[in-house]
Amino acid sequence: MKPIRRQRLILIVLMVAGIGAGVGFALKSFNENLMYFFSTTDVLAGKAPPDRLFRLGGMVVKGSVQRPGDGLTVHFKLTDYSKEVAVEYTGILPDLFREGQGIVANGKLDGRGVFVADEVLAKHDENYMPPEVKASLKKQAAGKPVE
Amino acid sequence: MALIPAPVVRFYHRMASPPHFYALTEKLMPWLVAIFVVLLAIGLYGGLYLAPPDYQQGDSYRIIYIHVPSAWMSLFIYVMMAVAGAIGLIWRIKLAEIVAISSASVGASFTFIALVTGSLWGKPMWGTWWVWDARLTSELILLFLYLGVIGLYNAIDDKRTASKAVAILALVGVVNIPVIHYSVEWWNTLHQGPTVTKMDKPSIHVSMLVPLLVMAAAFKFYYLIAMLKRAQLELLQRERTSAWVKKMLAEQQ
Amino acid sequence: MDLQTFFAMGGYAFYVWTSYGICCVVLVLNVVVSIRKRRQFLRQLARKQARQNS
Repeated sequence: MKPIRRQRLILIVLMVAGIGAGVGFALKSFNENLMYFFSTTDVLAGKAPPDRLFRLGGMVVKGSVQRPGDGLTVHFKLTDYSKEVAVEYTGILPDLFREGQGIVANGKLDGRGVFVADEVLAKHDENYMPPEVKASLKKQAAGKPVE
Repeated sequence: MALIPAPVVRFYHRMASPPHFYALTEKLMPWLVAIFVVLLAIGLYGGLYLAPPDYQQGDSYRIIYIHVPSAWMSLFIYVMMAVAGAIGLIWRIKLAEIVAISSASVGASFTFIALVTGSLWGKPMWGTWWVWDARLTSELILLFLYLGVIGLYNAIDDKRTASKAVAILALVGVVNIPVIHYSVEWWNTLHQGPTVTKMDKPSIHVSMLVPLLVMAAAFKFYYLIAMLKRAQLELLQRERTSAWVKKMLAEQQ
Repeated sequence: MDLQTFFAMGGYAFYVWTSYGICCVVLVLNVVVSIRKRRQFLRQLARKQARQNS
């Protein structure tokens, strides 16, 4: 084969492979991961698969984070501001994990209705501001009379 | 054609004439580079030094100053490429074809940067390098579209035919653009919603927003520089036998 | 702020500077490749023209 033809053939093969991989990833993603996670309300409504791994997203309930024992195990509750689900996780948490922070946990429900997570990812919001601004916002919010 | 006034037609023909375009880009280049360097210096100084750390993410959020402008450019350049491709396809203007294919490599670079910097940002903040959520997946498909365009163009020897094929591929891929932009709203994603490009006022403090916008402007100028440099090469290759290239070569010696 | 704290990026130095480094390399390469290819092409054309003229 002439080198130019071979080069062209390689290019076409690469391109087909690339587009194929792209379509494959797309199908994979749009099939099973179209919704990247379920909300806590979905879980309590029984929409989440009962004995398969799935992702659960929500806010970490303030004051719910407990570390029983001295290991890496953490217990906390997730909420979507209407329903709460208890979560158990053993492992290293991402830097952004804190109370009041949105997270996505991957795992499955055990018999007691506790979500046992293998992986915890933090989901940050779209707000960016300096710490001083956040502090003054907080002060303002605290100073306002409760309506 | 009678509807368009004569001076407009003349201007248009001058712009679309390869030797004129080549000379004009040569003349513009130093100015574009100067503006780019100034904007880049201001943007980097503002973003890395002047802007305060984020209340939650600390200094890691400074990746935003390349991640977000790159992601914007990846979409912007794709639209430019598709529009130029369509103009080339419909009116058979050689320069539009050249602008379309010259945009592809710059767009692919920005898409790659957006993906890599996003990964480097995701690891410390989210706790993972990569997730198959709708935003990340659709941006990866954009990279494959760019690579597909480049590969297809190189695979076809006749560059006029190649440009036609590439334009059609680029136009089909345009569907992906709104999918990328709205993915964070249509689906539950790990990626957060838009910060700047939403109807509301941006959810980013002004001291952090200004460097971001300056960097975005700098990247626009980079696109012009890189695209025109590539276009000059493309033009010379296509016009190698024409009189103006021969004349230019003779003058250089 | 001294230089050391600046480069430390609050403990995120690896992530921040790797991002900026990769960005810089990709953007520079993109332009350099075009410029070098053009120079090469022009040299090649000039040689060809010289051959034809002689």
